[in-house]
Amino acid sequence: MRYLTDRKRAIGRGAAHSGTAHHWYMQVSAFGLALIVPTFLFVFGRALGSSHAEALEVFSRPLPAIVTGLVLVVGMQHFRKGMQTVLEDYTKKSTRKALLMISAALSYGLTATGLFALAKIAL
Amino acid sequence: MADANPGERPLSPHLSIYRPQLTSISSIVNRITGVGLLLAAFLIVWWLLAAATSPEAYAQANGVITSMLGDLVMTLSLWAIWYHYLAGLRHLYFDAGNGLEVETAEKLGWAVIIGSVVLTVLTLIII
Repeated sequence: MRYLTDRKRAIGRGAAHSGTAHHWYMQVSAFGLALIVPTFLFVFGRALGSSHAEALEVFSRPLPAIVTGLVLVVGMQHFRKGMQTVLEDYTKKSTRKALLMISAALSYGLTATGLFALAKIAL
Repeated sequence: MADANPGERPLSPHLSIYRPQLTSISSIVNRITGVGLLLAAFLIVWWLLAAATSPEAYAQANGVITSMLGDLVMTLSLWAIWYHYLAGLRHLYFDAGNGLEVETAEKLGWAVIIGSVVLTVLTLIII
């Protein structure tokens, strides 16, 4: 047995090798999403299927644009980190790394695309 | 702690030797809905980008997403997000050290399942 402090043994542990930071992020983002997702469902559900002019009008208003932007940013990061747990459970080594990179790229790509669209509509 | 195996650690959960229970299944469905919602995210971002691009692009995206198949996918996604929502709240409750007695945990599992269907129907009525 080596002479290590408990803290030293804990650092870098956990499936994510980052202690409890990942779990804490999931809790915080889950709370944030719980606040905004119902409003987003209402806004998007109403806008879906409407005419082009109506859709543009909805997302040029502050509340729909801000809520949709927040759901995209927080939701896709929540997805990326949730996906990380899934991949750490079911995959190993290079496959895991490749899929982690792909899911990060998808998450940021969708976020950026959605934010671009929102900015173009709202501004 | 000091002698923890530093190398290959077993993958979890051990699906093949694990007897299905309401609590485990409802947790696994939470994972499946979370991953599955990527499809809804794709469709929503496509719809937004199309709306920002041109009336023709919008007509195409809006047409596909509100077609029969589109409606089915979006309705299932709506259920998936409500399920993930309630199951996520349940996880926050569990993580705070509550509701872990078998009986309570199973009740919460049913609450998530029934609640997600009720909220989906309610949302469809409201929107």
